[in-house]
Amino acid sequence: MSNLRFTEQALSEWMRSGGSHSEIVISSRVRIARNIQHHPFPLLATQNQAEEVMNVLAPVIDQGKETGFGTFHLLKLDDLEELDKKVLVEKHLISPNLVNDSRGGAVLLNEDESVSIMINEEDHLRIQCLFPGFQVREAWERATAIDDIFEASIDYAFDDRRGYLTSCPTNVGTGLRASVMVHLPALVMTQQINRILSAVNQVGLTVRGIYGEGSEAAGNIFQISNQITLGQTEAEIIDNLHSVAIQIIEHERNARQRLLTDSALRITDRIMRSYGILSYAAVMDLKEASQRLSDVRLGLDLGILKAPSISVLNELNVKTQPGFLQNLFGEKLSSTECDMYRAKLLRETLGTTH
Amino acid sequence: MVCQECGVRPATLHFTKIVNGEKTEFHICESCAREKGELIPGTSGGFSIHSLLSGLLDLEGAGKGKTAAASTAQGVRCEECGMTYGQFSKLGRFGCSSCYKYFDKGLDPLFKRVHGSTAHVGKVPKRAGAKIQFRRQIDELKGQLQQAIEQEEFEKAAEFRDQIRKLEKEIAQE
Ligand SMILES: [Zn+2]
Ligand SMILES: [Zn+2]
Repeated sequence: MSNLRFTEQALSEWMRSGGSHSEIVISSRVRIARNIQHHPFPLLATQNQAEEVMNVLAPVIDQGKETGFGTFHLLKLDDLEELDKKVLVEKHLISPNLVNDSRGGAVLLNEDESVSIMINEEDHLRIQCLFPGFQVREAWERATAIDDIFEASIDYAFDDRRGYLTSCPTNVGTGLRASVMVHLPALVMTQQINRILSAVNQVGLTVRGIYGEGSEAAGNIFQISNQITLGQTEAEIIDNLHSVAIQIIEHERNARQRLLTDSALRITDRIMRSYGILSYAAVMDLKEASQRLSDVRLGLDLGILKAPSISVLNELNVKTQPGFLQNLFGEKLSSTECDMYRAKLLRETLGTTH
Repeated sequence: MVCQECGVRPATLHFTKIVNGEKTEFHICESCAREKGELIPGTSGGFSIHSLLSGLLDLEGAGKGKTAAASTAQGVRCEECGMTYGQFSKLGRFGCSSCYKYFDKGLDPLFKRVHGSTAHVGKVPKRAGAKIQFRRQIDELKGQLQQAIEQEEFEKAAEFRDQIRKLEKEIAQE
């Protein structure tokens, strides 16, 4: 079991307060990619070159000193236990890519875990800001402010015409990826989701499931993000995402209301059943847990359930992931044991709230 | 359309591969694509977006039937990191920021396809930014100058020309 403070708790400090539209928007995230001039990108960098990059970037944010965005801690990937890395990924604080493909990889995390600055991921520098609820503008403002801190002392790879030069052509220009994580059970249940997702694709945005880029949308949670980084200003990108997200939120709202008026009994039954199963089951795989937690979250919003709180649900979404279970119950869990401990955790958390 | 691999799930990925000028069409579902390690935009199945890009890049050269010019383009090398255009088109990623300069010719069509645009209009680093701001203003003025000339508004045109000269002088003094 780990003693790393960032992996002890499932819920980052930033997740505790709701933010707006928190019944639908779980979190907002902004990431900006930057590189230093005249250093090969991490893809080609040798161990020494990667360490050099770390030695240039890490000192820009004084560790242990208040920055205005909290106090930062530097974690070098080579110094971390495998399990800690897994949990940091499950908490969305670092990318799977930083764990798997990186030489000289590191992350700077602030106290409340709302800012994570990855070094030697696909790009030399990736500044990520996470906010609870629908706060994509706030996340951008923080990310660009941190970018300014780096920019004051780092010569970025920047070109007049192409903007910020990134390792992958899909990030060039602004280097900006903004996203919102949304819970859309009613749109899934009423089978409107595909229509909406393809419409979203047509306006330069993309939608994926939450864990890992290729994974299915676990528990009806989707991530909507911008696809285009070149030829639009940051403000345009953020505004576009913002207005599309607002429309999706409204569609989801309407679909929820329609479910409640057209099939109140059926939906109430489904939600109560899921709550019952989460509270009493002895074995539970991740897929079922995600789906049932999604039902309970919907139940809270519709007023069918009074407990648990949204933040308990957010916490369970992270804690039921394999890495976190291993962290809590022992590193060498078989998949059956994992399902058993997941059920135990859910029982102990939810079984006492009614 | 049904997936050509498993014949069960609907095909959601459609792409064309060109190998030695031979065109092959693929229609497969996501899970078969993942199993085969084939390209899926936006997934982490080993290749992901980079393979998709490399498909696009390959198309640029191979589509014209592997002309001599296309093979020469594949051999263009970035003098800073040593990556060739051929390698770039396989990996779908640049080796260093200078690659952008050495591969510049091939990039406009790629950026056009990925972003619908080829030029950055967003944030500019403050320290390097003053010149860039001037240059953007100059570009804009040049456009206005052109328009003024076309509409035979020569007094206006003269004004734009003077403004451009003034800015160019300021850049030179920096
Ligand atoms: Zn298939
Ligand atoms: Zn290069």
